[in-house]
Amino acid sequence: MLPPVPLSWYLVLSVILFALGVAGFLYRKSVITVFMSIELMLNAVNLSFVSFSYELKRVDGHIYSFFVMVVAAAEAAVGLAIILTVFKNRGTLQIDEVDSMKL
Amino acid sequence: MDTVLFIIFAVVAIVCAFNLVLQKHPISSALSLIGVMGSLAVLYLLLGAEFIAMAQMIVYGGAVMVLFVFVIMLLNAGSEKASSKSWFAQLAGLPLLCAFVAVLGFFVRAAMPVLRGVRFGTWVGGTAERIGQVLFTQYLLPFEVISILILIAILGAVVLARKEID
Repeated sequence: MLPPVPLSWYLVLSVILFALGVAGFLYRKSVITVFMSIELMLNAVNLSFVSFSYELKRVDGHIYSFFVMVVAAAEAAVGLAIILTVFKNRGTLQIDEVDSMKL
Repeated sequence: MDTVLFIIFAVVAIVCAFNLVLQKHPISSALSLIGVMGSLAVLYLLLGAEFIAMAQMIVYGGAVMVLFVFVIMLLNAGSEKASSKSWFAQLAGLPLLCAFVAVLGFFVRAAMPVLRGVRFGTWVGGTAERIGQVLFTQYLLPFEVISILILIAILGAVVLARKEID
């Protein structure tokens, strides 16, 4: 019988996924990919919520991650509508070409 | 068995997340993100969160990713053009990222040395029944507020994406 998985492994996995999300957010130039990196970060946070929920044997963490999912869905709807509008007005998806508010 | 499943799906999640960051074409990134979400759903099941695992597959893996793929197809988004990055980002980006992971991982390990191990089936509190009970008693107000939020988001998406009619 294998020993149980330490809960800190789940938290470390969450840290790694969050860091990759940050990297994608900062490194990529396509608006859509930047947006997907944000979703990746939200997923990483959800994983840590569920892990803590297991540790505390309470269901509250599940509720929070459910709320995070709802907010992510709302954010995806509005964000993709904004991306559509930006593309309609400017014809580009590169974030460094959308710089009219840059000083 | 738990350990084997955890390692398999954690590795799948990390590889897919790397692929998301490294691929040049948005559609490849989107498919990698679906891989991450699917393996995270399995990890939720291992943690006894049945409802969240199902919601993860349906809401994230289904609805949100369909929206992403739909927009990628609609805009005919091609590979992104490489643009000049600052010397600082090129030089220090990867070391800083590794340092970020190392610091966070160290604090996770150091702050919580007494965490119990996770064994599948020892706690199945995350059933739909239990979630529903807590959601509609203790968290009723946040639930109602978030339903208004999602209504506003729908209206906002419609207003933003509509065709201008003069």
